[in-house]
Amino acid sequence: MTVTESRLPSAFAEFEPFAEKWCLATEAERWQARLATPMPEIRRFYDAFSPRFEEAIDYCDKFPLDDVPDDALHLLHLIYSMIMVSMAIEVFGQQKPTDSADAVIDRVAGPVP
Amino acid sequence: MGRWPKPAEGSWTEHYPELGTAPVSFRDSTSPEFYELEREAVFKRAWLNVGRVEEVPRVGSYFTKEIDAAKTSVIVVRGKDETIRAFYNVCRHRGNKLVWNDFPNEEVNGTCRQFTCKYHGWRYDLKGDLTFVQQQSEFFDLDSADYGLKPVHCDVWNGFIFINFDPEPRWGLREFLGPMITALDDYPFGLLTERYDFAAQNNSNWKIFADAFQEYYHVPSLHSQQVPSAVRQPNQTFECGHFQIDGPHRLVSTAGTRRWLLDPEYMYPVERITRSGLVGPWRTPETHFSAGLNPGGIEPWGITNFQIFPNLEILIYHGWYLLYRYWPTSHNTHKFEAYNAFHPAQTVRERIEHEVASVVLKEFALQDAGMLGGTQAALEYDVVDDFPLSDQEILVRHLHKVAVDWVQEYKAERSPVGV
Repeated sequence: MTVTESRLPSAFAEFEPFAEKWCLATEAERWQARLATPMPEIRRFYDAFSPRFEEAIDYCDKFPLDDVPDDALHLLHLIYSMIMVSMAIEVFGQQKPTDSADAVIDRVAGPVP
Repeated sequence: MGRWPKPAEGSWTEHYPELGTAPVSFRDSTSPEFYELEREAVFKRAWLNVGRVEEVPRVGSYFTKEIDAAKTSVIVVRGKDETIRAFYNVCRHRGNKLVWNDFPNEEVNGTCRQFTCKYHGWRYDLKGDLTFVQQQSEFFDLDSADYGLKPVHCDVWNGFIFINFDPEPRWGLREFLGPMITALDDYPFGLLTERYDFAAQNNSNWKIFADAFQEYYHVPSLHSQQVPSAVRQPNQTFECGHFQIDGPHRLVSTAGTRRWLLDPEYMYPVERITRSGLVGPWRTPETHFSAGLNPGGIEPWGITNFQIFPNLEILIYHGWYLLYRYWPTSHNTHKFEAYNAFHPAQTVRERIEHEVASVVLKEFALQDAGMLGGTQAALEYDVVDDFPLSDQEILVRHLHKVAVDWVQEYKAERSPVGV
């Protein structure tokens, strides 16, 4: 048993430091992580992942949708988190959508993965 | 001079003279008394969409629906004959709520061979017939045939399940929907089965919320972030290509530029990389065209937004659609249900495209939901009640007029005649 268990495909090992926090399987977890994380920390993940965002999608896209191996599945979850934080970084400049006040909308169902 | 031609009368609003052009009242959205009337006049008379046939895929598949506006709960189930039926969710023995799991007020779904009451074990088959009474000989002349579940009128249009609480509905479902909506008879909703579902409790009247989704006049202001800041125009306008009204129902079509034809600076990086975004995946499988989809002949067509009275919106994009339902829970609150529906993803990349569109939907719907709590609060100050509506807001005018008309008709039926 190693101290740092690797989650991601070896080609994407540089993102292991982000895996623990951002490899999240559900939208509810990703939304909560975005709201609960300070913007500078969100930006570190965003800046690190951005250059290989497209490459990561292409990597996952090599597998059939119903048979994605675990390491690629973790990478897919990281991609989903990247989409989630892109809204905060690119669109709103803050974690919450502008003017959303106290509104809450829950995603209650969706496809897997 | 606008980009899109208006009707000969000079405006969309004047094309429907019954709407008038005067400022409107929103007391229909702040008054508890009006809401009580609306429950009877609207929600117990109109056909209400409660789901899709895909939600009851097999014999015995069921779901329950809590409908606060009608103060009731309904079971929708697919029978052995494949017919989808609806029943009041009430055991005929002692009135217990028949189908629920952990908490009586939570909606549930599943598959079963029969419904069994938790209280005394009475059983009903999928047609609602009472099939088992514990210790039947202890009862007095009990004829099981008299104690089936109480049915609710239920019918299906193009895969959408509708119910009607009126003991004798004034119209069949197709007649209620009318020609503008049933022109979508051949639209293949049944192919678009990959769904992302959302739910919310919002602090506004259901009509006030619906209003934000039936005009685009607010988009450049409230949703300015839909365009990257570098290319955002301070006085950006939005003009819709076509409005149409048919009975209590409405639609609006807008033009749309194919996203991949836009200059890159008009898109966010996440959109360029995932090839998806605000208006969904850039490219979708071909969906055959329905004559009802673009009745205004808008080119290039972008979306058509069908507002089906009272509380259903179906917004169709190229090859996918989103659906909203607004279920009032009081005069100033409602439950909001929404989903995106796509062709099932064939690849991981397509699934990522759907994820992006579903993330974006929530972002901008949250802006509407947050702001409309403020709208509701300020309307309830009740200091102003003559609100001017532009031609771009014709559908807002229409929804409130129809709701008031239905309430007036209901009241007229109940008031003494010839006094």
